[in-house]
Amino acid sequence: MFFWVIQRDLLLAIRRRSDVLTTLFFFVIVVSLFPLSVGPEMNMLRTMAPGIVWVAALLASMLSLGRLFSNDYMDGTLEQMLLSPQSLSVLVLGKALAHWLVTGVPLVLMAPILGIQYDLPMDALFVLTISLLLGTPVLSLIGAIGAALTLGLRGGGVLISLLVLPLYIPVLIFGSGAVEANMAGVGHDAHLSLLGAFLLVSLVFAPWAAASSLRVSME
Amino acid sequence: MAINWYKYAAPASFYSLAGKMIPFFTIIAFGLLVAGLYIGFFVAPTDFQQGEAYRIIFIHVPAAWMSMFLYVVMAFWAGIGLAFNTRLSSMMATAIAPTGALFTFLALWTGSLWGKPMWGTWWVWDARLTSELILLFLYIGFMSLQAAIDDPRRADKAGAIIALVGVINIPIIYFSVQWWNTLHQGASVSVTQAPTMASTMLTGMMVMVFASWMYAIAVILKRVRVIILERESNTAWVAELRRKGAF
Repeated sequence: MFFWVIQRDLLLAIRRRSDVLTTLFFFVIVVSLFPLSVGPEMNMLRTMAPGIVWVAALLASMLSLGRLFSNDYMDGTLEQMLLSPQSLSVLVLGKALAHWLVTGVPLVLMAPILGIQYDLPMDALFVLTISLLLGTPVLSLIGAIGAALTLGLRGGGVLISLLVLPLYIPVLIFGSGAVEANMAGVGHDAHLSLLGAFLLVSLVFAPWAAASSLRVSME
Repeated sequence: MAINWYKYAAPASFYSLAGKMIPFFTIIAFGLLVAGLYIGFFVAPTDFQQGEAYRIIFIHVPAAWMSMFLYVVMAFWAGIGLAFNTRLSSMMATAIAPTGALFTFLALWTGSLWGKPMWGTWWVWDARLTSELILLFLYIGFMSLQAAIDDPRRADKAGAIIALVGVINIPIIYFSVQWWNTLHQGASVSVTQAPTMASTMLTGMMVMVFASWMYAIAVILKRVRVIILERESNTAWVAELRRKGAF
């Protein structure tokens, strides 16, 4: 059932490729806007790069959250999922992972290329990719709670950002902190370990919280 | 003396109980406020390093404490409401949120007023200030989620989930000082060690903490009464009150 949900969501995403590409290009455009607004000095850009890439990843991942449940909600699939004897948390976990595969993984793959634009050194690029690899699933998992709570509400898109962005802050701090620590030469292990801890905690708790949010929203 | 707690879980009986408690807490809050401000401004000595500007702590510290404390209380009531499906608990959570947000805003505002003469800047991106700002965002998220949902029962439950998720932030606030030790001084009041401040300063501050506490209780009870009336407006006991002209 878990794999069925992932497979189904991936199939739907492949059939509507433009949704995936829109998120990816949003990420690329936001990152490319910063040199245009603060100037092309490489020294400054290099210090700002981790933060910029991470904020753009946060926004891109958040923008696509609206689609996580809303299509299934509109055509009634979600109701059937709630009625099924399978654990709803497992279904939600599957949907969140599919969301990460569709939106998070392209960002992770794109980030090193954008990092080169900002003249990041080689091992900083590596740390940036690892930090995004650990951090973006957390964004999808926490985001699932927000998406479930705002399901079917008017102005849900703006509301979800109010709910979810404050909860993203720890991931942002340690994600960009890892890259900054690497560039400052003080070691990035602690930051990456904390990101891994966030991932484990949210893997356990977020699907459960999102499942109860879905039950509240579908009553 | 056994109190029948279940009796007061019913909005109708809590409504009258809250009505009796409000004047009591209001008077205490006002008395403590006057006493606390008098100690703070006239009795407490001038600080030898910070001059007169330190006196803002008599507002700032109670506000900061209450802002964090009220979030936990709010999450507690929201959680009780979610677990036991008690309407009054959820109403309490809804009533606490605006007061909590007010104290958070006060803490940020007075903090920046204090920061200008002390650090020479209105704002620093220090861990504690940032966490307090995030706390304000959490309160705003809670309130706007509840405001966006028309069905009150769904609003209660959705708010409860986001409050419980947000309560993870409270330990981060508290431990942030140890995590990223930057410009902000460490906690100046400690339970285990001897306080580093003059005892009159400490007295003034504690009196102000209790004043804020009593104020918060009075205002929250008042607000919960209004929420009860709004939600129960089509019940017999509210119709009875209306007939008597009680409000």
